[in-house]
Amino acid sequence: MKHEYDIFQLLVGNEHDEDYKKQPVIIQGITGSFGSTHSRLMIAYGTNIVAGVTPGKGGQTFEGIPVFDNMYEAVKSTGAKISGMFVPAPFFLNAAKEALDSGIKLLVAVPEHVPVRDSIKVLEYAREKDARMIGPNTPGVIVPHVMKVGIMPAQPFSNGDTVVLSRSGTLMYEVSYNLTKAGFGQRLCFGIGGDPINGTNLTEAFDMIRNRDDVRSVVVVGEIGGDAEELLADYLIETSFSKTVIAYIAGRAAPKEKRMGHAGAIVYGNYGSAESKFMKFEKAGVPVAKRPAEVPMLLAQRLQKTGLVDANC
Amino acid sequence: MRLLEFQGKELFNKYGISVPEACLVNSRDEAMKASAKLGYPLVLKSQVTVGGRGKAGAILKCTNDSELLPKFDVLINKEVKGELPRGILVEKVVAIKSELYLSFFLNRSRRCYSLIASSEGGIEIENVGNKVILDIQLEGLSQATAEETARKLGLEGNIHKSFVDFTMKLSKLVIDEEAELVEVNPIAVLSGDTLTALDAKVIIDDNAMFRHPELKKYEHISELERQAGKSGFSLVELDGNIAIIGNGAGLVMSTVDMVTDAGGKAGSFLDFGGRATTETIYEALEVISRIKRIRAILVNLFGGIVKTNLVAQAILDAYKNNLIDVPVFARITGAESDKAKAMLGGSQAKLYDTVEQAIHEVVLQVS
Repeated sequence: MKHEYDIFQLLVGNEHDEDYKKQPVIIQGITGSFGSTHSRLMIAYGTNIVAGVTPGKGGQTFEGIPVFDNMYEAVKSTGAKISGMFVPAPFFLNAAKEALDSGIKLLVAVPEHVPVRDSIKVLEYAREKDARMIGPNTPGVIVPHVMKVGIMPAQPFSNGDTVVLSRSGTLMYEVSYNLTKAGFGQRLCFGIGGDPINGTNLTEAFDMIRNRDDVRSVVVVGEIGGDAEELLADYLIETSFSKTVIAYIAGRAAPKEKRMGHAGAIVYGNYGSAESKFMKFEKAGVPVAKRPAEVPMLLAQRLQKTGLVDANC
Repeated sequence: MRLLEFQGKELFNKYGISVPEACLVNSRDEAMKASAKLGYPLVLKSQVTVGGRGKAGAILKCTNDSELLPKFDVLINKEVKGELPRGILVEKVVAIKSELYLSFFLNRSRRCYSLIASSEGGIEIENVGNKVILDIQLEGLSQATAEETARKLGLEGNIHKSFVDFTMKLSKLVIDEEAELVEVNPIAVLSGDTLTALDAKVIIDDNAMFRHPELKKYEHISELERQAGKSGFSLVELDGNIAIIGNGAGLVMSTVDMVTDAGGKAGSFLDFGGRATTETIYEALEVISRIKRIRAILVNLFGGIVKTNLVAQAILDAYKNNLIDVPVFARITGAESDKAKAMLGGSQAKLYDTVEQAIHEVVLQVS
């Protein structure tokens, strides 16, 4: 089956191409304190950052990388399809539109505190342009040992065949770190973002990886608020997904109607409650870990079980 | 930001949406003046942001002077689900023919705004069978869609016209003010088939506040939250005695869950975000030091980019300056955690390799 939107194609490329594992990336806001810190770390990790954009700083260089005034020039001179966005939230809408107008196909939107209306606008515009947004309020995406676009540290991640989809940044690191310690490397770790509106929601992110032969298991790191986990659980049932899925949900002990740090982490009545998510995952046959350290244990149990079934066949 | 009913109704007024005549009062004197101005029957409504006021006895009817002050006294001192009122709305009772329901909300799963309308107002919308749900464009509701909604609800003649007008105005408010939710439950149908909003539940997108300086006056946060917000922290006060600090909302939520599982009671949720420097950690401890019930502090910091010795330095400084005197239980992964461990030796702070160990110890400490 063909992937509708091949995230690996975009992030890593084709094995026999010249730019395999060196897909060009532009950083919007590269000279800011946040953007510059993380650009250096991304470069050190192997990300091929080919240009940066900061209005008014065109013509300068950053670590030998050319800086442009706008996305049109940056894309024109590099041909990049990926943009890592490190602009402040009030400038996000225009920066994202400019990126999409320039031909960017993947926006990794790191900024937190983007107004919901702006997220919806960018999302609609990206659809028009046949492009995709990850985030906002995402730690980004990482293909361990190949490249990363975002703010995640390097050391929790290792290469393997598990995919981690997470609504939280630090929990993505924490869970991946626990997986790595237990010997479960990751093929891709994908930050959905902590906002109520996600450019790529859990189900869409799952759809990007569900049919890949190099993915053996999926770990979903959810949290209270909204119904993204419930919808994913429904989708697992609907598609009879047969690979191992393990979930973890944060926020069981949080009070209702309080925003727990993330704009999207809020429970109204039963809507968005941890119980509702547990119940749906249970229905879908997905074990839910009680704490991050339990994720690799549950994964090991499940994989062992499926292994035994295979042996008996 | 959730507005109080009277604030929501102020916004309604601005958009030409009818609300009953009312006065916000904070004293017996003001209550008396309001009743003289409005005339009986009146309804006294506690101004709190939590729902279910009716069931909680926070809305009381008044038919004469002798009831007014006793009922005012009851309401002004009454906590509703832990919240004291910020005033009492004294509202004139209107003669109601029937009730309708209307709300606009940010539909997270459909990633757009949606409308819910029903001809059965006054009850919780979850329990209503007969309702219309529609997605609406970011530009707002079209006249045609509003008319179709009215038809689907079986509204005809003058009510139809009034409802379309009401819906269009409310839609404009939602879009222009960047609300996440506006719910009117119920809308009263009055004689002459005009409509008036009996209640107003309005939640504004906090992240859009920079575009709405005129809404700033409705913001109501504690001194502690203000201080935390200034430093870029997210703080939620909880009722236990273990302060929980960490980097990242998910991680801190997860830590609160684990502390609860271990039999402990979290006293605060503090996410200091991505910038873990000596200064930010110190500021976080400063915020925590103002919460008097705290008996111990649990730090869960997933580092990597963070230098852990900077965190250790902040904790040492906080003890040295007598900012805190309770023990700190910390789990800090990241660069140079050995150094951090050595630095904290001999202080009231202890570093653990896993969060489970730190939680075990902190719960023992406070129990």
